[in-house]
Amino acid sequence: MRGRGIMLKLAAVAFAAAVIYLWQIAADARLISPVFFPSPTRTFAALVAMEERGDLWRPMAATALRMFYGWVLASLVGVLLGAAIARSGPVRAYLEPLLEFLRPLPASAIIPPAILFLGLTSKMAVTVIAFGALWPVLLGAYHGFRSVEPQLAEMAAAMRMKSVAFIWKVALPSALPDIFAGVRVSLAIALILAVVTEMQAAQTGLGFNILMAQRSFRSPELYAGIIVLGVLGLFTNQALVMTERRLLRWRTLTR
Amino acid sequence: MKLARFRGLLIPVVLVALWEIGARVGTLPPDTMSQPSAIAVAGWNALLDGSLLLETAQTFQTALLGLAIGTVIGIALGILIGLSPVLEAVIGPTLDTIRPVPAVALIPLALLIYGFGVRMEVLVIVFACVWPVLIVTVSAVRGIEPRLIEVARMLEMPALSRMRRIVLPAAMARIAVGIRVGAGVALVVAVTVEIVLNPQGLGYGMIIAAQSLRPELMWAQLLWVGFAGWAFNRLLTTIDRRWLQRYQTGGAR
Repeated sequence: MRGRGIMLKLAAVAFAAAVIYLWQIAADARLISPVFFPSPTRTFAALVAMEERGDLWRPMAATALRMFYGWVLASLVGVLLGAAIARSGPVRAYLEPLLEFLRPLPASAIIPPAILFLGLTSKMAVTVIAFGALWPVLLGAYHGFRSVEPQLAEMAAAMRMKSVAFIWKVALPSALPDIFAGVRVSLAIALILAVVTEMQAAQTGLGFNILMAQRSFRSPELYAGIIVLGVLGLFTNQALVMTERRLLRWRTLTR
Repeated sequence: MKLARFRGLLIPVVLVALWEIGARVGTLPPDTMSQPSAIAVAGWNALLDGSLLLETAQTFQTALLGLAIGTVIGIALGILIGLSPVLEAVIGPTLDTIRPVPAVALIPLALLIYGFGVRMEVLVIVFACVWPVLIVTVSAVRGIEPRLIEVARMLEMPALSRMRRIVLPAAMARIAVGIRVGAGVALVVAVTVEIVLNPQGLGYGMIIAAQSLRPELMWAQLLWVGFAGWAFNRLLTTIDRRWLQRYQTGGAR
């Protein structure tokens, strides 16, 4: 059984290698025009050159930072708003229709008005990112705070717990798994919107760089940029999954 | 019940009223916050001269084409992976590595390959909406009653008709959920590609309105995009309820 597992892992690696190899062969044979289909070796060389020129880490940091700010902002607002809407009837009655209207709006549709208000600035980018990344957190938090065990709420009421303390000590921990589910979706959206705003507003970053690479037909650099963006998405998601496991360890321990 | 509905409208109505008054009095900058009445007029005119409908048709056409292609790929790949654990172990890791690439990162590449137009937009949309369909299909196929597949094997059904008659119907209700998610993604990505650079559709209309300093038209289009998204979602929900959920009972029996 274990031998089979190892075999499958090897096969998976072999498959990935075969894909890259086929890509190399197809590119070398010029089956597709090298203008938009550079070989893996050329792509890798472009990546190395980018690093040497200092065109890798700085734009990556710029993209990641903007994404991070927007995401943190969205997470804070989302959790607070989600908690308020879930735990308070009046707040729900006042806000729900407005939010229901805003929610299906494609986040990128906010870009034109955001540019009108804030210009082509980082602030505009962070605002757009935060707006788009808000909804999954808000929904996750709402759901999480709504489905707090009623018995826990009764207990807290019997113990005359203040409602702020109740939210902080009881409701929040119990809502945390739902919040994390939302926060993870938000992170992916934040990366997407970071790239979009860079392209639209000429902000420094990986998204802007790949657009520039396209404009001057430097396709290896374009591919390298796409790969780096993929890696950024992969790693940020992994980091969040690990944090989640850490923070929610008590759940598996108590069960 | 009626009162609660009323309260929900309070904040939007007050905001719009303040907006209108502020714009009339002149405290709000007219080059960004044109008054709601002007927005309504601009929206009405754009609707009457057909430009709004044309843009809507372009955006939806592209989104639906991308969704259709993405759905076919997602379902086909999802069924294969769902039925064969070996295949999943072999190609799963490669797919998992590609998946976090943000779809919008492909915009420059798509532009390089196809130039401006429908095809580049479709390419980006396909990449974006394959994933939800694929993931849901894999888990839907896994969730099929194993006896159904055994029976099909015993009857020596050919692989293709086994797919068509057993696997697809049994998994359809759940796959529909994935398609609905994909449809939302497709519309968002379409508008996004248009806002970033593709000169067609609703997204481009908004950008042009903003750049030609017609904020009232831009706001009208923003509202329209919101409405179109909402209506599209309603339509999909209805289709799902009317025609697809009956497979649910059929599959569970």
